[in-house]
Amino acid sequence: MAVPAIDTTLAPHTEVPAKPRKTYLNADYSVSSWLLTVDHKRIAVLYLISIIIFFALGGMFAAGVRLELLTPKGDLLQADTYNKFFTMHGIIMVFFFLVPSIPATLGNFLVPMMIGARDLAFPRVNLLSWYIYILGGAFTLAAVIGGGVDTGWTFYTPYSSTYSTSNVMPAAIGIFITGFSSILTGLNFIVTIHRMRAPGLTWFRLPLFIWAHYATSLIFVLGTPVIAITIFLVGLERALHIGIFDPALGGDPVLFQHLFWFYSHPAVYIMILPGMGVVSEIITCFARKPIFGYSFIALSSVAIAVLGFIVWGHHLFTSSESVYAALIFSVLSFVVAIPSAVKVFNWVATLYRGAISFEAPMLYALGFIGLFTIGGLTGLFLAAVGFDLHVHDTYFVVAHFHYIMVGGAVLAFLGGLHFWWPKMFGRMYPEAAAKAAAVIVFIGFNLTFFPQFILGYLGMPRRYHAYPDEFQVLNVLSTAGASILAVGYLMPFCYLLWSLKYGAVASSNPWQASGLEWLTPSPPPTENFAETPIVTQDPYHYGTDDDAEAVHVA
Amino acid sequence: MRAYDFPLFPEQASTMAPQVDYLYFFLIAISVVFSIAIAGALIGFAVKFRRTPENQVGHRIHGSTVLEVAWSIIPFGITMVIFGWGAWLFVAQSRPPDNAHEVFVVGKQWMWKLQHMEGRREINELHVPVGQAVKLTMTSEDVIHAFYVPAFRTKFDVLPGRYTTAWFNATKPGEYHLFCAEYCGTQHSGMIGKIVVMEPAAFQAWLSETPPILPMSGPVASAAAGDAGSLSPVAAGEALFAQKACITCHQPQGGALGPSLVGVYGSTVKLADGSTVTADDAYVRDSILNPTGKIVAGFQPVMPTFQGQLTEEQLMQLIQYIKSLKATPPAGAGVAQNPPAAADSAS
Repeated sequence: MAVPAIDTTLAPHTEVPAKPRKTYLNADYSVSSWLLTVDHKRIAVLYLISIIIFFALGGMFAAGVRLELLTPKGDLLQADTYNKFFTMHGIIMVFFFLVPSIPATLGNFLVPMMIGARDLAFPRVNLLSWYIYILGGAFTLAAVIGGGVDTGWTFYTPYSSTYSTSNVMPAAIGIFITGFSSILTGLNFIVTIHRMRAPGLTWFRLPLFIWAHYATSLIFVLGTPVIAITIFLVGLERALHIGIFDPALGGDPVLFQHLFWFYSHPAVYIMILPGMGVVSEIITCFARKPIFGYSFIALSSVAIAVLGFIVWGHHLFTSSESVYAALIFSVLSFVVAIPSAVKVFNWVATLYRGAISFEAPMLYALGFIGLFTIGGLTGLFLAAVGFDLHVHDTYFVVAHFHYIMVGGAVLAFLGGLHFWWPKMFGRMYPEAAAKAAAVIVFIGFNLTFFPQFILGYLGMPRRYHAYPDEFQVLNVLSTAGASILAVGYLMPFCYLLWSLKYGAVASSNPWQASGLEWLTPSPPPTENFAETPIVTQDPYHYGTDDDAEAVHVA
Repeated sequence: MRAYDFPLFPEQASTMAPQVDYLYFFLIAISVVFSIAIAGALIGFAVKFRRTPENQVGHRIHGSTVLEVAWSIIPFGITMVIFGWGAWLFVAQSRPPDNAHEVFVVGKQWMWKLQHMEGRREINELHVPVGQAVKLTMTSEDVIHAFYVPAFRTKFDVLPGRYTTAWFNATKPGEYHLFCAEYCGTQHSGMIGKIVVMEPAAFQAWLSETPPILPMSGPVASAAAGDAGSLSPVAAGEALFAQKACITCHQPQGGALGPSLVGVYGSTVKLADGSTVTADDAYVRDSILNPTGKIVAGFQPVMPTFQGQLTEEQLMQLIQYIKSLKATPPAGAGVAQNPPAAADSAS
């Protein structure tokens, strides 16, 4: 019924230019042009390569864990080896994949483009953040190669500070250093979003991806220093025996948990908020409809970032915090669930009376909504103090946070990667293979992690190398699911690489999406925009027939 | 054969277990309703509003404040119900009944050492009577552990350097898993045991039978008081009190270098800096390990620290002995024969 809302700049490219156009990719082929680049797009690619290497490494450790758990006896790996495997899995996935995953790759690439800027505010600082990340990663890899670390990614004291004989120091130093790359990225985003928006791009015209990254950046800047301090204190105690956490030295072991979760709970939102931004972009684009409740989604990101700082105590319900503290942290944890729920309802409502198509990014986004819903609802279980006493530190918790971090953050990352792949590299990925991979990931994920909810309620503690026989069936299901999930991860890795050379050439706007990043050619030139765009209206002007010229290149 | 069991719920073997399960069922019901509503809407819309002509576009709908308010307020109300329910369970779990059977728990890498108030000791096994509350006073010799009995739906961390408590009331005789739930190093998954719930009569018989000799933790423990394995904590503590020469300064009638400890436990103690403190397990423990931290008003900070000289079990024994020093002689404690008037000089 409605006429498609396409202006001239949004029309698919049909003609291929005779001479290769200058893009950020072919501007210079030398190694130094990559390693010394200050182009946010190239830095995004550097980050992308790095985090995928870490993801693969973290995935291999997960594979070892799942294989060990096929049988109740600890028969594949030795106990110490198993403990190092789950620790390395957690450390690598959290600090070297999930935290930087979307912000440092898609965020780095898209934040300037979405606001009509030529780069981030501090391009050299951006490059520095990547080098810091690599340096931190090198320390952590040294810890792995030197024999691993066995404290769990949570580094609970006094085990980490006094008792563990594994490579705690190199791993801790690695995390300490990497934190600074997060801080620099966050700082860069905040300044860029404040100062470098295109003319007419007011706060409430910003894409929701930008709102999500703004909220994430606040946590980066305010939260990350706390984990750095905490790790520093563990190092002090370990190296110099200054009593901070170990009661034998006059310290308090629970103090560590407070400091650790003061960062690490907000860090969960670092992992999920950018994903929420990605999903908001994808849903509205493939529904060909404006986002439902724009300002509620935008402000809920900020609400989550703020409230996320005052719920850390829900990780300590069994750790002897006072009854009153536990009750307060419990009620606040329920409050922080509301802005997340609001987002889910708005995404679903966006589909209503849309014109929906189901390319791979949309499949990932829909999968995200489903899995995030389950992850969020089971978060309510854990926030109920009396219930948490039973399932705390069991597989119920493991299942819950994997629904958020894998079902949420990883699916959003994959969805976003497919969605902006044509923009980043100028090639289309193969659609059929991508759809198949999305379905395989969804099935494999659920088979891996749903049984773990049941396992947890049955009472299987996490971080168990061997377990009673009656837990075996569910563990076998979980391992079977993990092998399907592995296939789902390997597929995009293969076909995305393939598409770099053999994929169909992408137009500037293959999805007919709104948003400034689609106004430039794919892949974009180094300077992003030939001329600074001028914005005259709200984002997501899909489903209209009267404002085709509303956003135009001046 | 057990490997082919496929249970969905753990056994209910305590008074708390069905309570936690009711909340679980309620939470599952809420989750199913919301999941079906969200997934139903998602799939329904996806099918109904799929793009049929390639150039079709959606309707311009920007939002609805009424809906936003509704889907904020209604879920908030539901979460407050869950909060209240969970809080109620938690408060119940945090308050052990007064008449509970008392057990002391010491966690160490990688075993559980338990001792009943009556004296019987166990390792990695805990015998308890059915139908009576059991209160655990727990501490750790090294890292953090957690005492977890899934069939009782109860778990609490066992921390070094302080006491935590947990309690349960078993409802069904049988044997149940005891797990360490807080990662504690190499043999974390081997730090397991069992809870044996017995009929009260059988339990009483078990409690008074002569226990098999259990290995103690090092020479210090056995030095505590001869055959510490068969002494009650109070009696063992009393022996320690003499052996460590505490008695020299803490004489029952007072007048020595330190305050008399008769009647101190549970009272309010006035400190040299003018503040007051309730003499509970934590205070007594602190006063032994860090004696100059909280000086009782009217005394000099002359007591040496016993940090490193006492095991966790010995500390518990001393505390139990001091706790037993009441105005009236405690049953079974033996020597604590102090005139009631001596209690006055305690503070």
